[in-house]
Parts: sequence; structure tokens; C-alpha cells
Amino acid sequence: MANFFLDNKDLQYHLSHPLMQRIIELKERNFADASLYDYAPQNVEDALDSYRRVLEIVGEVSGEVIAANAESVDHEGPRVVNDHVEYASGTVRNIEALIEAGLSGMTLPRRFDGLNMPVTCFAMANEMVSRGDTGFENIWGLQDCAETINEFATEEIKAKYLPRVSAGETCAMDLTEPDAGSDLGAVMLKATWDEEAGVWRLNGCKRFITNGDGDISLVLARTEEGTKDARGLSMLIYDKRDGGVKVRRIENKLGIKGSPTCELVFNNAPAVLVGDRKMGLIKYVMSLMNAARLGIAAQSTGLCEAAYREALKYAAEREQFGKSIDKFVAVSEMLKNMEAKTLASRAMLYETARFVDIYKQLAHIQQERGLTAEERQEMKFYNRLADGFTPLAKMFSSEFANEVAYDSIQVHGGSGYMKDYACERLFRDARILNIYEGTTQLQVVAAINHVTKGTYLEQIARYEELVCNDATRALGEKLVALRELFVKAIERVEALDKECAGYKDLHSRRLVEIAGYIILSHILLRQANEVEEYVAPAKRFVKYASKKVMEAYTAILESEVSDVELYKA
Amino acid sequence: MAKQVPDTRNVGKDAMTPEGTVNRAALAAIFNPEDLNALEMALQMKDRIEGAQVYVLTMGPQRAADVIREAMWRGADGGYLLSGKEFAGSDTLATSYALSCALRKIEPDIIVAGRQAIDGDTAQVGPQVAQKLDLPQVTYAEELVDINDTEITIKRRLERGSEVVVSPLPAVITVNASAKECRPRNAKRVMKYKYALATSEIALATEERKAFIEERPYLHIIEFAAADVNPDPEQLGLSGSPTKVKKIENVVFQAKEAKALTADDKDIESLMQELIASHTLG
Repeated sequence: MANFFLDNKDLQYHLSHPLMQRIIELKERNFADASLYDYAPQNVEDALDSYRRVLEIVGEVSGEVIAANAESVDHEGPRVVNDHVEYASGTVRNIEALIEAGLSGMTLPRRFDGLNMPVTCFAMANEMVSRGDTGFENIWGLQDCAETINEFATEEIKAKYLPRVSAGETCAMDLTEPDAGSDLGAVMLKATWDEEAGVWRLNGCKRFITNGDGDISLVLARTEEGTKDARGLSMLIYDKRDGGVKVRRIENKLGIKGSPTCELVFNNAPAVLVGDRKMGLIKYVMSLMNAARLGIAAQSTGLCEAAYREALKYAAEREQFGKSIDKFVAVSEMLKNMEAKTLASRAMLYETARFVDIYKQLAHIQQERGLTAEERQEMKFYNRLADGFTPLAKMFSSEFANEVAYDSIQVHGGSGYMKDYACERLFRDARILNIYEGTTQLQVVAAINHVTKGTYLEQIARYEELVCNDATRALGEKLVALRELFVKAIERVEALDKECAGYKDLHSRRLVEIAGYIILSHILLRQANEVEEYVAPAKRFVKYASKKVMEAYTAILESEVSDVELYKA
Repeated sequence: MAKQVPDTRNVGKDAMTPEGTVNRAALAAIFNPEDLNALEMALQMKDRIEGAQVYVLTMGPQRAADVIREAMWRGADGGYLLSGKEFAGSDTLATSYALSCALRKIEPDIIVAGRQAIDGDTAQVGPQVAQKLDLPQVTYAEELVDINDTEITIKRRLERGSEVVVSPLPAVITVNASAKECRPRNAKRVMKYKYALATSEIALATEERKAFIEERPYLHIIEFAAADVNPDPEQLGLSGSPTKVKKIENVVFQAKEAKALTADDKDIESLMQELIASHTLG
């Protein structure tokens, strides 16, 4: 009986983080729901116990059902039948199991039949589902769209759609178009107000839409005729029950084959507006994207876990030269680094998720009552950290997922190149993770301001306040030395950028990577300081991080302003 | 009806005591697998008949209440724990007698159980309960075809194929492992029922927990002691169990080297003779 929660002590560790107490207090608002709902918790301890039990269910469904169907789903894939998506049979069984287990609407309030769980727990669930089948995580994880509806839509719209999400209906976010990918401001799908019917009408097409035939879709469309940029775009809900959207085709992809990536044709499709006109991209998509990026970080962490475990198992069973290959240091070093990256990816994911939880809940509370000065301060503090950490989490976990999947095949040797082992599917599935929801290059764009405006350095200073024990002291000192290099690198880049505009752009990825490696190391160091089992993996990760920091630092040190010209198009 | 059993599917090397009995301490206590198939079928009946309720009856020590809680998390409305030292040492006859006494008291409209338990593998308890209660029985049930207030239609798994039978209600249905797997635990149900306790467990709980359960009657798992089900004491436990274990032998499987044979007539002939000589065949 595989259970992806019970077999993962590291995941369980993150549920016991001290910040969970504050998150629960905010999420449960004095436990007022306890007298209204028979499944609401009575106190912090009760809430944590419920989280653990629900995650155990996710762990079982992921291990027993979703993982078991992953291979057949990869082979079978979805099809277009009569202009609509028909999922692979395994996908249908996965959805059934998750509905029976009542795992939809995980973060939604109880008044919309949700489970009212924190984002942190939802990320844990995403991670486990992805470990079972990375492609399926998309379909299930898109319930996150409901959070955007909950945050910005009217009571009437929430009451109509959110209980349906809690009952297991799937969602989609229809953003991309053939000429609007990374540059969403160029979206052209037209929304016109139909006075007679009292609805908006959508016309045009969307491309690369994950789960494009979902029941409830958030659509980015141009409501302001004659505009050409982000300021003319609004967010609308399209309800599949109303009809008007056809699936023209499903893309044939390298990986995540069970997840239908659709080309959609909107023909007078009715839709309702979410929030204010013209705020579609500027406000709502940004919120949606931040949540989605955290989702990809969870998806990536789940893939790391799966790929690492596949390699570990194979290396223990495969014998050459009279012993199992995990006994050869050339293999075990790879395995240890895969483990370190998986732990670091997870550490960063939940650190970020906790920041998101606190500021999002305070924002929700702000809609109900005024915040105290202290609470406003707290919200601002965590909002800034969440904004700074989300691109780092997405970037690092998705790059690590690719590296771990690559090494997983390497550990399998020739067998890993064959279709017989799961590592080849994981390798294909991993490849999209550092592309969609903003490529790594775009995460760098989101993160670079936090390098130069001090978000990362301030947080590193807070991490440096940790009082190390004998086992971790040397690591702490090493990280201080790396931070000093980071400061020098920033100074050099900023100085040379003044001499030659474009120098900072050229090195922004290197700066963000240095920041990321130091931050990830600090979170693992803190874990090592608490739990002895983390000391060795933290040592390995810091060695790896130090090597990467030195590489980036050296590259900056050796780079002259003439390089700006050298790499120009 | 459900039973808590040692998990004999995942047997480690300490699964048996040196005396050759099952080392229950080394094996996790689990919901008997075919009873989970039975629970699923019962829940399907509940899905189809408005107002129907599913209750789980189990006989065992206090910790067997785990089985009832598990069933509640998956969809059952509640349960009955039949527990007491009088029931200790029951064979299938005494077990079915005790269960039938409890069922007379509960008066269900339909009784569903797994075909057999993985610890005893007798498949006798379900049919014996039917016989004692003078009810029709459908064994090897694989699929619920139809159900209404008076009749049930069941597809049975046979050795070579299947058959569809109709039985009047009430009846006893025993369900095969080939039936639909049980639905998973449901998140809201787990949160709602996680503090459900049987009567004797409540007695051991903190005052706070007692008060909590008192306010929420759905968390109270009904517990029957022997006296509650009006049995003939002679037919309970050891005294009601004619089965006597004569001898237990520890069988150790010894892996031998594989033997490669060709499709040649001579090879097949020699294999046949070998199998007949070792009494594997014939």
C-alpha cells in the first residue's frame, strides 16, 4: 500500500513548522466555524491533526490510484471527440477517486463547501499528486483558479461557481494566444457586451490552454475596443454548461501527455466579468500567476521525489562487478546530490507557501474588517517575501526537476533510455516545468528587483541570526562568506551597468542564482540545526551551492562591459 | 459485517512465533480486504436507495473499533462493536452465533460481508449467519446489479464465468475480492468522525472528550457486551467452538534452482513423471 504522505518524513516535517500556528489562527478566525460545520477544527492542534489526516488521504490516492494509472495515461492520452476533450481512461479514474475522497476546493472557505486548508497544505497535496503523475497534477491543481474567483469576484459569482469546484468540477485559465505568450498584454480575444442578454460575448481563439475544456474557465479578454495593451484586458468566467467554445485540437507534446493542451475557438461564448474591467492582466492574472508558479514549484518537487526514488531503487537492485551499483561512489554521489536538490526544492517551496499563506489570509481578513497597524505591517512584510520568493521557488525547483530527472536516467544506464522504466517519462514530463507559467528567464526578470532592492539580502541577514550548533557552525560560516561574494557581485554589476547599460541584464540570471543558492542553503541549514538527519544533506547541498555560486561569481568577475556587445543579437 | 485481521499479505520473517502461531504483535491490524469490497457494495446500495443507512458490525477486542471508524471515514453512518471476554477463542461456529445474536437485535434489512477473512480463510461465517437467521444468501457477489425495497439482483463470480441472481430481502450477501474496490476515505468525513469512540473507549477518554462526544451522538460507536445480545453462554467463545487445532506445522518454502525445459516430447514426458513421482500430480 503506497502512501506518498506516510512514506515521506521530509514532507511531514514541513507540516510541523512553527509558522503553521499563525497560519491556522489566521485561516480559522478564532475557530468560529466549529459551531457551524461538523468538520471544522476546535483549535490549532485539532486543525493540524485534520490537515495531517487529509494529506494522508491525498498520499494514499496519489500512491495507489494516480501513480498506478500514470503509465497508461502517458500512452493513451486525451482525444478530441465532437469538439470536446475526452480524457484518457486513467485520468477519468483519477478524477473519480479524488472526488470520492472529497479533495476538491481544498483551500476554499467552508461556506462554499471547501476544506478551508492553507495554501501550504494544498502545495503538499499538489506535490504528492505530481509524484504520482506530473501531467495529472495540472488538471487537479487548476482548482487554484477558484482562489482567484474567491479573492476578486462578487458574492453572487462566488456562490454560483465555488461550490461546483468543491464538488470536483475542473478549471482552466485561458490566457495564451498564438501571438500572446510571455507577452500577455498582446491578447486579442474579444469581449463585447450583449445588452439584450446581459452577458459578455467572447469571440476569438486561445492556444496552449491546459485543460482547456474544463468546466469553469477564467478567460483573459479584451473588453475595451480599440486598445492594444494590458490596460484594455479584463478577466471573465466562461461556464462550459453555457456552450460556445470548441476544442479545435489537442497539442501533441513531448511530455505531460495526459494533460490536454488545447486550442480553443470562442464563438459568441457567454461570460461574466470578474472584478473590475481593465484590471484583468494588471491585477488578477498577476495574482493567478503567482499562485500558479507556486503550483509548478510543488509539481516540480513531486517530480524530483519520483525521479530520485526511481533511481535509488534501481541502483540498489542493479548489480555489476559483483555488487549493487549504489555502492560505487560515481553513482552514490549522483544519488546524494539528487536527494539534496529534492530536499532543497521542498524546503524552498514550503518556506514560500507559508509566506503566501500569511499575507493572503490577512488580505482576506482585510475585506471583512480593518486590520490593526501591526497586522498591516505583517501583511506587507510577508507579501514582499512571497513576491521575492515565488520566482526563486519556481525557477529552482523546475531546474532541479530537470537535473534530477536527467540524472535518474543516468543512474539507470542503458535501461533508463528504454521505455521500460518510469524515469524516461519523468524526464519528458520535467522538460515543461521550467518553461510554462513563465520560463526561468522570466522568473529572473521577476526576481532581479529583489536582488537590487534588498529583499533577499534582508532575509539572508535574518537567516544569519540563527544560532548554529557544533554540527552546523561551519556551514553557517560558509554561507556568510558566500553572502559577502554576493554583495561584491551586486556592487560590480551595478557599477558596470552605469558605465554600460545592459550589463545588469546580461548578468541578472547569475545574480538571481547566487541569491537563490544562498537562500536555499540557509533554509536547509536551519533544518539541520533542528534535526540531525538533515546535517549530511545540508552539507552536501552547501557544497553544491558553493560551487555554483563560485561559478556565477567568477563569470561576473571576469566579465567586462564589452561582453554586452559580444552577446547582443 | 467486517473483521479486523492481521495483515498477512505483508509477512516479515517474525510473522510466526517459534510455536508456529501467528505473531499478532508483528503484523499490523487492518480492515479485512474483502470486507472493504463488501463495504463498497453496501455504500452503493445506500447511494441507490434514498434514506438507506450503512452500519458496520464487528466482533473483536476494543481496538477493533478502528475498523468501524475506517468504515465511517469511507461512508458508513456508524457501527456496532461486539466485544467481551466471553467471545474469546471463537471458531467460525461461535463467531457466527454471536454475530447472529447481535443482528437479531439490530434487525438490518440486508447484511453484507466479505467472502472470507485473510487470517482464517474459511468463508464460513457469512453463510452460517444466513443459516442461523434463516435468511437467503448470495455468495461470491461481484456486482450490485439492482436493488429495491423487496429484491436484490447480484452478479456472482463463478469458477468459469458469472451468473446473475435475484434474491428476496432481507438476505445475506458475501462479496468477492473481484468486486469494485472500496472508495477512499473522504476528507470531510475523516474530519467529522475522527473522534468517534466506542463505549469502552469513551470511558477511558478525558472529561473534555467525553463532553465533546456527548454533544455529538454521531461520534458514539455502540458497543454490545455479551449480555446485551441475549446469547446462550454455552454457544459462545471456546465452549461454543468445536474446532480443535490438532497440530501446527511450520512450512518453509525452499527455493530451488530453476530448470530449463525444451518443448521436446521427451522433456515434457520426463517432467510429467517427475511431478507424478513427487505427488504434485495424480
